[in-house]
Amino acid sequence: MWSSARATRTALCATFGVVMAWSGRVSAQDPPPTSTADHRRFEALQRTFNSGAEVTRACLECHTEAAKQVRNTIHWTWEAVHPGTGRTVGKRHVVNSFCSNLATNEPRCTSCHNGYGLRGPDFDFADDTRVDCLSCHDTTGTYVKAPTGAGQVLKEATQVHGQALTPPDLGHVARNVGPPSRQSCGSCHFQGGGGDGSKHGDLDSSLIDPPYGLSVHMSSEGADMTCQTCHVTEGHRISGSRYQMVAKDEIGRGRPGERRMVATCEACHGRRPHPGGSYVARTLNQHGDRVACQTCHIPRIARGGVPTKVWWDWSKAGRTDPSGAPIHEYDEAGRTTYWSRWGEIRWAENLRPTYAWFDGTIRYTLPTDPIDPDEVVPINRLEGSPTDPGARIWPFKVMRGKQPYDPQHERLALMHLFGDDDSAFWKHLEWEPAIRQAMEAASLPFSGEIDFVETTMHWPITHMVAPAEDAVDCAACHQKEGILADVKGVYLPGRDGHGIVDVLGSLALGATILAVVVHAGLRVRYRFWRRRT
Amino acid sequence: MSEKLLIFTRFERLWHWSQAGLIIGMLLTGFELHGSWVLFGYRRAAEIHVTCAAALMGVWVFAIFWHVVTGEWRQYVPTTRKLWTIIRFYTDGIFRGEPHPFRPSRGKKHNPLQLLAYLFFNVVVSPSIWISGLVLLGINLAGFDPGMSSRTVATIHGAAAWATAVFLVAHVYMITTGESVLQYLKAMITGTKTLHSKAPQTDGSEPSS
Repeated sequence: MWSSARATRTALCATFGVVMAWSGRVSAQDPPPTSTADHRRFEALQRTFNSGAEVTRACLECHTEAAKQVRNTIHWTWEAVHPGTGRTVGKRHVVNSFCSNLATNEPRCTSCHNGYGLRGPDFDFADDTRVDCLSCHDTTGTYVKAPTGAGQVLKEATQVHGQALTPPDLGHVARNVGPPSRQSCGSCHFQGGGGDGSKHGDLDSSLIDPPYGLSVHMSSEGADMTCQTCHVTEGHRISGSRYQMVAKDEIGRGRPGERRMVATCEACHGRRPHPGGSYVARTLNQHGDRVACQTCHIPRIARGGVPTKVWWDWSKAGRTDPSGAPIHEYDEAGRTTYWSRWGEIRWAENLRPTYAWFDGTIRYTLPTDPIDPDEVVPINRLEGSPTDPGARIWPFKVMRGKQPYDPQHERLALMHLFGDDDSAFWKHLEWEPAIRQAMEAASLPFSGEIDFVETTMHWPITHMVAPAEDAVDCAACHQKEGILADVKGVYLPGRDGHGIVDVLGSLALGATILAVVVHAGLRVRYRFWRRRT
Repeated sequence: MSEKLLIFTRFERLWHWSQAGLIIGMLLTGFELHGSWVLFGYRRAAEIHVTCAAALMGVWVFAIFWHVVTGEWRQYVPTTRKLWTIIRFYTDGIFRGEPHPFRPSRGKKHNPLQLLAYLFFNVVVSPSIWISGLVLLGINLAGFDPGMSSRTVATIHGAAAWATAVFLVAHVYMITTGESVLQYLKAMITGTKTLHSKAPQTDGSEPSS
């Protein structure tokens, strides 16, 4: 079944390739453009630009509604009311288990804001000219922002962590804008959590040009899709949210030709995606009722050669060598395992996700929420249970570590990490002033006491979809110690026995076999005696 | 002198052996699906299991039709007559070298003890495993809601599977208790029983000639 589908696809690709090669020969000089506009010919862009805002103004002359659209998205606001829990979330409010919080660290974090100059609470979110069009629409790859510059365009050549950065030619960049590529989105989404692949486990630079085995969707040998092929966009609004996911898409493809504003597998593949009508295909289709597509089709994560962080222990940060200099330790692959600024880090590659019931709602533990320091504190919680028909078994990367909290108030403590001031932890390696500063900035109470608590954070896995033949095998789950060994609340043949019935059954079978052996033995023995007498 | 006596028609033998093969196949794959062992791999085991089930359903349709049309269903009407004699034979007489008190014939193929065992299998075990199996298949293929948890249905299925395994072991052993160890097996293969003696036997019917 799969092999024939694969063969068909390969044949289609081959045909397509021939057609492309042929048409390429006809018009090699001037390939037909896909867009109706060539920005290189726009008069408004035939100039030099001295700032990002100047570029934005030029864009808005034609794209009059663009900034307003962008300003209504979470990419801009970094804030949203969770539709499931009603709580205010977004980067400005939540804590994560990497660098924890935005407050007081803005210039560092907001190098990934799609605006210019989000330095702190006084940023004007209503200012159209602060929208950074180029951060997503640059196609030249030369539009670099300094990672510590609050999203401002680089003015002078500089070095960051040993990497030379050159100021971009804004005019050149503006004249070459286009739709975002995997690289554009990846420049932030692949780099979160302290560098390539650190955060998600299923998003890293290996997806810029992935082999077929890593992503059938994004590979040029596969569908060669961009992020927005699945993350359907409408007026700069991008579908697919980690705060509120569609854990089970009951609609599927929708009406013919419909582009639904969801990033689900079902939106393209339908609700019964396994073709052929065989017993196995039908069984797998029915599995979709309780098992997310990703659970079988993303057998492992961080498998593109880029490792992901799985442990970050902030309690160990701040150690220095006898001379007072910071310590930086690496493993044999050159990855940071200890840094005075960070603490202890552990990495993993090609790892099995963790599986759990999930209805799409993620509830964050906000710094205002009480925590129980005697337990491992969940930085976020997955909602959904086996009895909830809207929940399915999903794969997750589980990030663990230790984070600071206030033992008096039993709340998570925010950290002021980045900054050239008296209290930034990364400058002075002192916890008390760093946390006091961050808590004050967020108007949260702080007792002055600091301790560290073990935390865990779940990151839903949905990228790096493997070829069908690499999907998780039936027996991976249907066995005693399979990958779903810890997922409770569902009868899983091959994993779950029948308790007392199995005991009685095996006793009955054993007794029968014993009776047969004894009976047969007696027959032989008596027959032998009869012969002798 | 010996004479050959037809006990099992060709259809019965075909039915018996296809059923035997399919049931053994389903036990092997079924216990693999249950996690008892690994033989074929889970996916293959599941495919074989449902394929055997479908085939067995087909075999059963023919068998039921045959039993109804030929009136052979009467062979399964239970009786306690001579039951004690049979039990006494298996617990005592067999060790003394006594001949089997029951002599199968075309008109009465099964001794009373055998009859009760088959009846229990056909009325209790078989329907339990069939109905629970079809419900599980319905859950598996179409999300059928049986009004109870799939765990409960699977437990019924499992209990019936254990009973089938017990039946199979006992059945295979019992066929060695004929006049010779292989007599019954030969009868189920060739359909005929060879009579070596005219020794008097208590049976359900007069020996036909």
